[in-house]
Amino acid sequence: MTSTSGDKLSTSQTEASEVERWASLIGGGAMVLMGLRQGSLRGALTALAGGGLIYQGATKQSTIQQAQEAIGINQPIKVEKTVTINKPADELYRYWHNFENLPTFMKHLKSVNVYNEKRSHWIANAPLGNSVEWDADILEDRENEFISWASVEGADVDNSGFVRFKKAPGDRGTEVKVVLEYNPPGGALAATVAKLFGEEPEQQIGDELRRFKMLMEAGEIATTEGQPSGRS
Amino acid sequence: MKAVCWNGANDVRVQSVPDPTILNPRDAIIKITSTAICGSDLHIYGGYIPTVQQGDIIGHEFMGEVVEVGRGVNNLKIGDRVVVPSTIGCGNCHYCQHDMWSLCDNSNPKGWIEEKLFGNITSAIYGYSHMLGGYAGAQAEYIRVPFADVGVVKVPPDLPDEMLLFISDAIPTGYMGAELCDIQPGDTVAVWGCGAVGQFAMISAYMMGAEKVIAIDRFPERLEMAKKFAKAEVINYEEVNAGEALKEMTGGRGPDACIDAVGLEAHGVGLEDFYDQTKQKLRLETDRPHVLREMMVACRKGGTLSIMGVYGGFVDKIPFGAAFNKGLTFRMGQMHGQKYMHLLLQMILDGKLDPSFVVTHQLPLEQAPHAYHIFQQKKDNCIKVVLKP
Repeated sequence: MTSTSGDKLSTSQTEASEVERWASLIGGGAMVLMGLRQGSLRGALTALAGGGLIYQGATKQSTIQQAQEAIGINQPIKVEKTVTINKPADELYRYWHNFENLPTFMKHLKSVNVYNEKRSHWIANAPLGNSVEWDADILEDRENEFISWASVEGADVDNSGFVRFKKAPGDRGTEVKVVLEYNPPGGALAATVAKLFGEEPEQQIGDELRRFKMLMEAGEIATTEGQPSGRS
Repeated sequence: MKAVCWNGANDVRVQSVPDPTILNPRDAIIKITSTAICGSDLHIYGGYIPTVQQGDIIGHEFMGEVVEVGRGVNNLKIGDRVVVPSTIGCGNCHYCQHDMWSLCDNSNPKGWIEEKLFGNITSAIYGYSHMLGGYAGAQAEYIRVPFADVGVVKVPPDLPDEMLLFISDAIPTGYMGAELCDIQPGDTVAVWGCGAVGQFAMISAYMMGAEKVIAIDRFPERLEMAKKFAKAEVINYEEVNAGEALKEMTGGRGPDACIDAVGLEAHGVGLEDFYDQTKQKLRLETDRPHVLREMMVACRKGGTLSIMGVYGGFVDKIPFGAAFNKGLTFRMGQMHGQKYMHLLLQMILDGKLDPSFVVTHQLPLEQAPHAYHIFQQKKDNCIKVVLKP
């Protein structure tokens, strides 16, 4: 009897910590989304990664953001998209975590070089054959659950983002949510970069996530490029 | 190679185009030995399916011989004789793994068009518009088959093409149409449309336990075929009111299940037909729902409508009150060929099914324009054309 109840106790303790972990993750997600709504993903991500200062960080950033919006500069572009992939989270997390894999399904990226655990160098295709580059740091990394990153000082395009892997209900695999934000810079680059993700950023990100899903589920990305037609 | 290319409404041409090549590891190249014109190709031919582009190779019902395989295909080899399902499934997504292949998540590379229009992405279909993938079609000498390691069915060498070709599309479509009716012993099933799909739906309905099958069409040769091969009682809706006739033939109840094997170019009679034809010509509705309306009113209370005829967009003046108050069940969709093809092949090998009776015309690929014309206009008693590349 005693040992049974002891087992129960230890089980419920495990459950409690599991619940707690998810609660913090969901709470964190909520903070991020709140940060987004208020205007700055990076602020929210940084605050989350830093812990403790979450509320202050988010509000402070949003104040700066509001000030910037008030004087009409740095209108950030934000996109979010979710897709369900018929694979376990750890597999998807592993592939994504190596940022050098991202250009395989993200057409707007030319290459990503990983320098170390934290820092990587990104080159993106910009319209008219141009490209833009930046260094990014991983801000927060929770195995099989969450990765957030942001460009460092001096980036051609100031940007940040996160990807979240969450078990889908009913044995449907993993819900993968991506949120990206970038600030088109002022000056000569502005026109080039304004359309980094095309006319409809949501659709571009949606397409890229769909290609990620194809690659992970089917092992290849469906295509019709290069097939015959009667068009002259 | 030679291929049938769409050049605008009611204009297909046989053109010289480059041969297809392997583009992905799971691809195979098939040399086509037989390819049919499907009733749903007429919707493309007539210009009713959006996002078909000038120069697109069309056609989706085909069989042939494997001539090349990608490095990801281990279960096919050069020289294999195969039948290929018309809808493309990856075999790995949630839907393929639950045998709902025509709802595949991964085969359509241009899914965003469909997502905007329909809210979700369904499987690609060979030669059936860019919304549905933009894959080159089968009315050609060769075709690239993606995800060839799943779905493709190997067939034995000793039966003629005409016995095997239709497990690519028409037979599984008819079979699924009957299966969706959830037929109980003693049921009466009414089938609108006596083309190939309608014929196979009737035969399947009997196999699943229907006591009586009633066929509805307006062409005497099709009704004759339904009588002779599918053992159906028939209604020519140009001679009698189909709704009233169905009531009379079912003791006033109405059929237990109704199968739509017609789709968006349905013909009606009188004012209603005039209304639909005019609205469609003015682009105020995309699809003519005459059969849908008639089924909703004719079906018995609590009955099932099984819709296999293709619809592409929006329909008008649907008697939804009838459907609601009569408690009807609607089931529909592009067929999940991969789910049924092995079973149907076995039936053919066992001598339980000989589908070759539907073929009325066999023509060389070069005569595709003529074939489309007689099939659309129902000239020369044309019910099913097989093209030989």
